[in-house]
Amino acid sequence: MTNQIASAPLLEVAGLKKYFPVRKGLFQRRVGQVYAVDGISFTLAAGETLGLVGESGCGKSTAGKAILRLIDPTAGTVKLRGRRIDNLSRRDMRPFRREMQVVFQDPYSSLNPRLSVGDIIGEPLRNYGIASGSELADRVATILAKVGLRAEQMNRFPHEFSGGQRQRIGIARALALNPGLIVCDEPVSALDVSVQAQVINLLMDLQKEFGLSYLFIAHGLAVVEHISHRIAVMYLGKIVELTDKRTLFAAPLHPYTEALLSAAPVPDPRARRKRIILAGDVPSPINPPGGCRFHTRCPYAEARCRTEEPAIREIKPGHLVACHLR
Amino acid sequence: MTATDADTSLPAPQTRLAQFWTFLRRYPTVAIGGTLLLLIILMAVFAPWLGTYDPQALSPARRLRKPSETYWFGTDMLGRDIYSRVVYGARISLAVGLSVAILSTLVGLALGLITGFVRLADSIIMRIMDGLMSIPPILLAIALMALTKASVQNVILAITIAEVPRVTRLVRSLVLGLREQPFVEAAEASGTNLINTMIRHILPNTLAPLLVQGTYICASAMITEAILSFIGAGTPPNIPSWGNVIAEGRGVFQIAYYIILFPGIFLSLTVLAVNLVGDGMRDALDPRLARRM
Repeated sequence: MTNQIASAPLLEVAGLKKYFPVRKGLFQRRVGQVYAVDGISFTLAAGETLGLVGESGCGKSTAGKAILRLIDPTAGTVKLRGRRIDNLSRRDMRPFRREMQVVFQDPYSSLNPRLSVGDIIGEPLRNYGIASGSELADRVATILAKVGLRAEQMNRFPHEFSGGQRQRIGIARALALNPGLIVCDEPVSALDVSVQAQVINLLMDLQKEFGLSYLFIAHGLAVVEHISHRIAVMYLGKIVELTDKRTLFAAPLHPYTEALLSAAPVPDPRARRKRIILAGDVPSPINPPGGCRFHTRCPYAEARCRTEEPAIREIKPGHLVACHLR
Repeated sequence: MTATDADTSLPAPQTRLAQFWTFLRRYPTVAIGGTLLLLIILMAVFAPWLGTYDPQALSPARRLRKPSETYWFGTDMLGRDIYSRVVYGARISLAVGLSVAILSTLVGLALGLITGFVRLADSIIMRIMDGLMSIPPILLAIALMALTKASVQNVILAITIAEVPRVTRLVRSLVLGLREQPFVEAAEASGTNLINTMIRHILPNTLAPLLVQGTYICASAMITEAILSFIGAGTPPNIPSWGNVIAEGRGVFQIAYYIILFPGIFLSLTVLAVNLVGDGMRDALDPRLARRM
């Protein structure tokens, strides 16, 4: 896997930052900023799935949107197939949009209630003049079949479908342009557990069939365990640990990852484990703590952690950690 | 929710007419208001065939007659038939109400879309709208009428200007909310340009609340028109409008109550009908209650 990444990364993200200004008062004076994403770097190879995991508000969705250029990044570079896309204008960005699509968390608000399923899935095809008329209908029918829906459901409206089916429609829309990369922004968090598995399996089947890459954003390790090849753990706008799935679950190095792993449920009622319970809340991203951002809740924190920010470094080949103690 | 792949077979498809009946039965206020409104519209359209006389014909010899078989609602102090004037007056009220509702909705929709998307236009247009909203709509309409000559068109124009800011605000807030919706972001991600995003995704989702707002504007425009006519700043006095008739009867209402009673009743009924339709549609179009329409 590492060789493949070095040779042909589909997506390269380097030092990506997104700060949101906090404005106040009559003249909208800037009084501070939210450090939503504060310098994250990773690569994603073709056909690979990178799980991006973190608590609510750690900036994982913001990172996804900045990569997709749904919001403009504050700093850093994003390269898609070796071409920089973070500084492109709206117009220049358009051809690159075909290459990367998105599946959102909420299957209800991610589909326009006033468009039929055929129109929703056909929209990207129509945007790029790929198909129209009966050819468009044929294409949409083919895509619907790929996600396990029937062609005659094309004329129905989103409200006639269940949550899982709606998420399949969202996936179909993302597939329509034959993209290389799909950013999945918590695609199963809003679904029932039984349906979650179906959707994840669908995503994995599609990956095999089309050689898709996924940036799979989730707030729990349990969900990404099945689908990801590598996992990046985020805390307060930064990646604290990034490695392949097996290593992360077997030998996590960052204390935060340890805590996350100990919180994931194990499907064995007799299993006894040491739970690491983190004290306190996530600090505000408007005013992140100095030094290591995790030091306020870290059970092993030392004096150095409070003053000096640990850089992310490769401790073992392919295993990146941002912690002084490892 | 759990049976994802199970066939979501819907109840047997109803015919359009059957759907319409179910809808009316579920929302009786729409049915009652709609029927009432339809009757009033029919009355306005077929006014010449409803046993009316010329509503402007003077006949001083027969002035201030009480309601009778010949003059159903009596006559005013110039001997004009109140019944005829009330029936013809419906034309003015409906014309003003509907025109204002349509015009202000269209203008407000356009302004709201622009302000929702263009930041510079937003700060300029919304400050103007705030300025217009700080003046009570009736005073604004009176001021605008004072600048021009009295005619039905000018009344429509004046009330429209007074109503536009409210619609603009509504549309702007809807647009701002919709722009954050994931389906709009998904459209952007799949290469939909701004114009198509507006037409396909934003506009259709503003229509339901706008339709409801439109009915309320229609009702309030009818009242504003009556008020303007009542104080002599509205439709010219020779044209029978409900406000005019009430204004003319005001001086003699202690001896001829019927001059103001009948146009008053019709004005109330019409406004009530429009509001009932609006209320019913608000419930029917509320996405939390039903996603049916």
